Amino acid sequence: MSLFSFTLIFAMAALSICLVLIGIRFALGPSLPDRITCFDLFVANIIGIVAIYTELTGNKDFIDVAIILSLFGFLGSISFAYYLLKSSR
Amino acid sequence: MFENINFLLIREIISSILIIIGVIFMLIAAIGLLRFPDFYIRMSAITKGSTLGLGLILTGMGTYFNEADMLLKVLLIIGFTFLTTPVAAHVIGRTAVRNKIPFWGPTDLEEFKDYLRKEHSTHRDHERDNKHL
Repeated sequence: MSLFSFTLIFAMAALSICLVLIGIRFALGPSLPDRITCFDLFVANIIGIVAIYTELTGNKDFIDVAIILSLFGFLGSISFAYYLLKSSR
Repeated sequence: MFENINFLLIREIISSILIIIGVIFMLIAAIGLLRFPDFYIRMSAITKGSTLGLGLILTGMGTYFNEADMLLKVLLIIGFTFLTTPVAAHVIGRTAVRNKIPFWGPTDLEEFKDYLRKEHSTHRDHERDNKHL
């Protein structure tokens, strides 16, 4: 195992620790907007993991997953905020 | 002149450094999400940190592959993230103000008081209208 792949695996492990921390805040968060921002950061972390996995395997098809995921993360957080805004009125 | 240079090694080193810096920013954003005391401070921390970290990770990946279509896809993702993350943070922040999520104690709200009163009074007006209906 070269130093390059070790660095990539270390980066994926650090992002997984980030996912655990976000999950703790998701379970702990006192209000609903906290959980929406947790979802936003969760999707960003998943995009980072997909990018690093693309580089680790050298398979170029996985980057399309990251494009679609960035689109759907934005739509998800916006729609959650929109329905929260509508239900508060 | 360039025969002795191993370009793959140089690309791997640059890509590794960019990815490590981006992962450090993501880790700082996650720790800030866990440790900060208030919803608004947490949202500010994770918006800036995750945008910069994701941009650095994707730039490192595009540097490693060294192809035109990969660079275009990476620039597409980075541009979309830079465009949509502040918009989403703004919408969620307005929703939180509407829903009366409490501020942290030492927050200075002097210049924000008029806006808060207006928002909450319109909120109450809408509730009254709904009751009339």
